[in-house]
Amino acid sequence: MSAATQAPARRHGLSPVRRAQNLLMGGLILLATLLVVAPLILIFLYLLREGLGAMNLDFFTRVPAPEGETGGGLANAILGSVEMLAMASLLGVTVGVAGGIFLAEYPRHPLMPTIRMVSDVLAGIPAIVMGLVAYGLIVLQFGFSGLAGAVALGFLMIPIVVRTTEEVLKLVPQTVREAGLALGLPKWLVTLRIVLPAAAGGIVTGVMLALARVAGEAAPLLFTAFGNNQINVDPTKPMSALPLEIYRGATSAYDENQRLAKAGALLLITLIFLTSLLARRASRRK
Amino acid sequence: MSEPTHTRPPRPAGLSSASDRVFQGLILLLAGIIVLVFVLSVYQLGRESWPTLQNIGLPFFFQRVWNPVQNEYGAVAMVMGTLVTSLVALVISVPLAVASALFVAEYAPKWLANPVGYLIELLAAVPSVVYGLWALFVLAPVLSRWEQGFFTDPGKLALYTSCKTLWDSGQTNLQCLFVPSSFDGRGLALAVIILTVMILPYTASVARDVIRLVPQDQREAMYALGATKWEVISRAILPYARAGILGGVILALGRALGETLAVAMVIGDSQDLLKSIWGGASTMASVIANQFGDAQEALHRSSVVTLGLSLFVLSVAVNFVARLIIARLTPKGIQ
Repeated sequence: MSAATQAPARRHGLSPVRRAQNLLMGGLILLATLLVVAPLILIFLYLLREGLGAMNLDFFTRVPAPEGETGGGLANAILGSVEMLAMASLLGVTVGVAGGIFLAEYPRHPLMPTIRMVSDVLAGIPAIVMGLVAYGLIVLQFGFSGLAGAVALGFLMIPIVVRTTEEVLKLVPQTVREAGLALGLPKWLVTLRIVLPAAAGGIVTGVMLALARVAGEAAPLLFTAFGNNQINVDPTKPMSALPLEIYRGATSAYDENQRLAKAGALLLITLIFLTSLLARRASRRK
Repeated sequence: MSEPTHTRPPRPAGLSSASDRVFQGLILLLAGIIVLVFVLSVYQLGRESWPTLQNIGLPFFFQRVWNPVQNEYGAVAMVMGTLVTSLVALVISVPLAVASALFVAEYAPKWLANPVGYLIELLAAVPSVVYGLWALFVLAPVLSRWEQGFFTDPGKLALYTSCKTLWDSGQTNLQCLFVPSSFDGRGLALAVIILTVMILPYTASVARDVIRLVPQDQREAMYALGATKWEVISRAILPYARAGILGGVILALGRALGETLAVAMVIGDSQDLLKSIWGGASTMASVIANQFGDAQEALHRSSVVTLGLSLFVLSVAVNFVARLIIARLTPKGIQ
């Protein structure tokens, strides 16, 4: 829409000062935009250069070698991330979608403003604080575990899923609901069988964005999932995750750990970018 | 999205409004978990920070010394570190963010605007640890070279020595604040740089959205009067979008306050009061990340959680204000 408004072609009346100012500000804006985008490109190129070499079969199938030795991979972290994200989705999607349904379908319920406000407030709470909360709720009783990490991530997912679900549900035309009700369906069946399927694409997009968002969180896992340098599928035991290994590796003194961290970062960032792009493309089509 | 209006759902016989009430109850129960999470968070943080609030009380926020060995806890240095890094990062990032939003919304042709918009949003998707890793391996060496180069100049070495005596006595002055004190590139300045990059996309995307909401008539009226593009932007667009942009800025502030790992990795984890912007410092979030796992002493642990509670309260307040501003000032009739 911006391209539609061109400055008028008549230029001879323009004073040199105004023309120079116009050009200068245009140039500065272009420069600033390049400056904003540069870090993203620099980070990606850096990780490609440093991490691509380490992405061999070992990287995906082995666990990190003991400190000081070479070789190994991040199989423990990849598996841990997948497990914890799956468990986090269970919590985040169930509560998030229900919250979205409540906000969109029961707007006159007296509790609606409270739940909307609390959900907005939760969206702004720093991830590390959620880690402290999950520590107090779960780790203090049951010790470090993948489950505790998943709960922290699930808490972080809830507000994102609530918001997108509410928004896509509101896009479903009111007449569609009325048509369902006119057929004699109870409201809940209209919601479940008509409104939700109509909004399913948008909800899936929201869930993917939420996953992409929490997949990179290491802070809340520091003292919940804690990390584990062996492969672990038991959710009640400490578990590793990609961001955790990146954190440990980047702050480690050993070259080998740093190398794995860079490769891990490349894998993580690629997965997150792909997810976000797919989600955005899907939501754009409507 | 598929249009389901054409498929007629099977009609279940004999379902009364009683089933509606069951479903509503179920949904309300699940949605109630959201409130439960909030209440549990407040309870949990409050309970764990209680020993600190009881034993140290309000002076916790006014005492300078943070010394786990002596069991003394005062949070001034971290509160300062959090505010300084966040506010400076905000000041640097806002013009950049607004400029990039203007570029996407006003300057770029459509084929360029979409990809650039994508890229800026991907900036928000990069995990904190990855920013930290990049800052450690790429930016820190650059700063480190400069810091080492600084001392090869004899005149500046004298300046450093005089500052060193000042720093050792626990003081600093305006000039020494900008003299490099470390050689590894880590410190407050690097944290500010990385925070600036991390919060840019939040302001940028809100700014872009509100700039797009500025009515087209307003632009056309200015152009019709013979205004240049910049004049249209500075007199017809930015004043109109100002309030919304402010909301985006405060949202970014909320992000900056709670940003943890990237900052924790590069800021140098020093709990001394700020001496030089090139030296080590810490923020409330970075102290939680760096110390909570090692905190054995009950009061130490509780003090770290108190920082978490403060961060919680601070981010709730900041986000509340941001949403209030965005909601109040978004032009009516546009949804």
